[in-house]
Amino acid sequence: MGQRIDVNNLNIYYGSFLAVEDVNINIDANKVTAFIGPSGCGKSTVLRTLDRMHEIVPGAHCTGEVLLEGVNLYAPDVDPVAVRRDVGMVFQRPNPFPTMSIRENVLAGVRLNNKKISKSDADDLVEWALRGANLWNEVKDRLDNPGVGLSGGQQQRLCIARAVAVHPSVLLMDEPCSALDPISTLAVEDLINELKKDYTIVIVTHNMQQAARIADYTAFFNLKAVGQPGHLEYFADTTTMFNNPQNEEAERYVSGRFG
Amino acid sequence: MSTTSTGPSTGPTSTLTKPVSGKQVDKVFRAIAYACGILILVVLGAVALFLLFRAWPLIGGDQSAVSETISSFTGGKATNFWAYVGPLLFGTVLVAALALAIAFFVAIGIALFISHYAPKKLAAALSYVVDLLAAIPSVIYGLWGGLVLVPAIYPFWNWVATYLGWIPIFAGPAANPSRTVATVAVVLAIMILPIITSITRDIFLQTPRLQEEAALALGATKWEMVKLAVLPFGKSGVISASMLGLGRALGETMAVLMILSPGLKYSFRLLQASQDQTIAANIAAQYPEANELGVSVLIGTGLVLFVITFLVNFLARKITEKKAVK
Amino acid sequence: MAGHGTIPAKEGSMTHPTSHDSSGSAPASLMADAPVIDFDKFKPTRSHLAARQRKDTFMRWLILLAFVVACIPLISLLWTTIVNGVRRLNWDFLSHNMTYVVGGEATGTGGYGGILHAIIGTLEITLGSMVISIPVGIMCSVYLVEYANRSRLSRTVRLLVDVMSGIPSIVAGLFAFSMFSILVGPGTINGFEGSVALSLLMIPTVVKTTEEMLKIVPNDLREASYALGVTKQRTISKIVLRTALPGIVSGAILAIARVIGETAPLLMTAGYIVSTNMNLFSGEMTTLPVYVYQEYSKLRANCPADASASCVTTIPMERAWAAALVLILIVLILNLIGRIVARIFAVKTER
Repeated sequence: MGQRIDVNNLNIYYGSFLAVEDVNINIDANKVTAFIGPSGCGKSTVLRTLDRMHEIVPGAHCTGEVLLEGVNLYAPDVDPVAVRRDVGMVFQRPNPFPTMSIRENVLAGVRLNNKKISKSDADDLVEWALRGANLWNEVKDRLDNPGVGLSGGQQQRLCIARAVAVHPSVLLMDEPCSALDPISTLAVEDLINELKKDYTIVIVTHNMQQAARIADYTAFFNLKAVGQPGHLEYFADTTTMFNNPQNEEAERYVSGRFG
Repeated sequence: MSTTSTGPSTGPTSTLTKPVSGKQVDKVFRAIAYACGILILVVLGAVALFLLFRAWPLIGGDQSAVSETISSFTGGKATNFWAYVGPLLFGTVLVAALALAIAFFVAIGIALFISHYAPKKLAAALSYVVDLLAAIPSVIYGLWGGLVLVPAIYPFWNWVATYLGWIPIFAGPAANPSRTVATVAVVLAIMILPIITSITRDIFLQTPRLQEEAALALGATKWEMVKLAVLPFGKSGVISASMLGLGRALGETMAVLMILSPGLKYSFRLLQASQDQTIAANIAAQYPEANELGVSVLIGTGLVLFVITFLVNFLARKITEKKAVK
Repeated sequence: MAGHGTIPAKEGSMTHPTSHDSSGSAPASLMADAPVIDFDKFKPTRSHLAARQRKDTFMRWLILLAFVVACIPLISLLWTTIVNGVRRLNWDFLSHNMTYVVGGEATGTGGYGGILHAIIGTLEITLGSMVISIPVGIMCSVYLVEYANRSRLSRTVRLLVDVMSGIPSIVAGLFAFSMFSILVGPGTINGFEGSVALSLLMIPTVVKTTEEMLKIVPNDLREASYALGVTKQRTISKIVLRTALPGIVSGAILAIARVIGETAPLLMTAGYIVSTNMNLFSGEMTTLPVYVYQEYSKLRANCPADASASCVTTIPMERAWAAALVLILIVLILNLIGRIVARIFAVKTER
């Protein structure tokens, strides 16, 4: 089941540079929440703080709280590795491991975490995850082929399968369709609609139509000027955001007047 | 979607704060990586320290014994360490500088040929040949130099000595067999050719295409394009590659040992035998017969060589580093 | 540049029907006070053009010549080694050591001694240096690429690795000799000492090639692994190193090919004997390059007046050539394997 995320007073820094300022947002469980906004406003950065992936960049850190079902991810006794096992992530560009087959890619999360898994359990898990990613029928006959041999859209769904195979409660998606053609995009969007039954989904997208199609809630990030920190400008359910936004900047943005 | 969705659904608190498996291994691995990084510093320090320690009798030991040993090495020509290492250092630098002078233009020519003149397929094959040259062991260069080149090159040196003998460095008569500084320099030039070529080739290949096209669009010929765009761009790379080549030539042992008929003079007579000797070849030549103190003396000369090559290499890297920062 | 007319001629060639009038008048006023230029003056003369052409052709030939000049020694070296080497290269040569060899006389088996002991010595000493330098080199580059974050220490380490790759091999030999004579005892000579000396030369090569290989592993893969909740150690060893493996293997093979031909450091650390020594940690050991050198420095073998017809005075040189041929073959084969590994097993990362 999905879990809810509450972000309180989040400030994100790269070194001494304040990249994103004072974000407060409540993300509901089992809903799709979309982050939109002009480039450079920090929406991907915020997304990456939700599973502590931003820390990989040297010098990046943040202050404030991110609560996953009430537990602060940044509490001193929480290990970032444990966070990432609970909060999965799908990236902008499909990135299956080039040394692994389709099957090994799906099992990568479990295997790399050194869990012993029997052959039959592994078979079940692969089928479950690939069915979940709506890829099973396309690849079930060639599970031992390399994962990089698939098409872009299939690779991205393979990455989703790989992420759900570790059974997280939240799935973060960083512009998952930006490198895909329209048909593959449609397939991934359908999949996201299916997945929200079991996961809380947060998706960053550049494409406002996409946000309107798939999101239940939409957060609009903005920045005052280049070099200024980004901030959360406006947060509303998707219908309000796109039909009747109560925020001037958001209204300008969704109607296509800037960004 | 629902076949086995009975995965771990324990409370969030327990999964997040539970100790992560593999954390200990993670720390150990990190420690090993750091240790190996630091080991490089330690090893280089150890090289300097052990050499210094072993060469200590030169400074702290019985000075009369030291001068006796040195005079036995040199047949009475030198009695203190600096008088001994001086001509050796001179010979080392002379041979290496000559080798570099010979190799420099040829290496740049080959690099240009591979990067800008040869057809693509041929260029790939040539790159391979250059790497092949680099892979041939120095002892084989020595063997070839001593048995093939020395007799083959004598007529040429003889011609040079006859017609260019009025230039002091080519003063005759040319030694036969030509186990001379000039022949050694040719072999060393062949040996350092590949390293200079491969580095300059890589730099030339990185010349921004736009700059090359800009030159050509102004109506420049190919050579003018090379002169306008490629050479200025590759300048610092060429310099640092030459320094690396020089460093290699300074330290080369076997080819010198197997070809040169050594002497202990400060001599520029390139075509005559028994004029100069290099530090590295001298160590290898004297080592088998040296006693305890003699070994200390040789290690002392080795320390001088280490310092020189260290400086040359350090300088070469500094030049490239500055370029990279830009 | 050549062939441009004067300004009026240029304007006359502008045949854009719609924009001619409007744009033609605006520049006219703009250029009203500009000096009138006779571009014919700048036109290169015919002889100047020809001179440039000649220079271009000349440089082209000079560059080609440089290449040909460099090919001569390589061809000569390979040719003489092969021609002189095959004369004594046979099974007897490969399967015997130098015991029972007296002067230029044939041994009991009809051969003239061989390189079995040198091949064994080369293998063991090289293996010893691999065991030391490959793990250290790989972990050092893991430190540089995965852990260091451009810190001061890492910049120093990187610089020193570069400097270390320029250490003369004879200094490496002196270092190993000094270290063993101080730590183990004066006059210590054994195969492992040679391995230590060679590692000093091998580590920088391994570090540098591995570093290059780790750098080209796309960051996406590291992120994908971290996002699955995989620890850093497992990400590095199972994703990063696994992806870079072909490059690392090929780099290691090329590094081996380089040190396997080293002679000078082994002269003083591993010594020289005529019999086979299997123990890396005790006693002198001969390697192929040292063997080549020792045979070369014998110049000629002794044949007493009453020697049989099978006594060959030039046998040391012939042995040297044959051993050199074996050495070249080993080095070239290693090089070839290294390149093939890199090409065939290269992981496609499509970036």
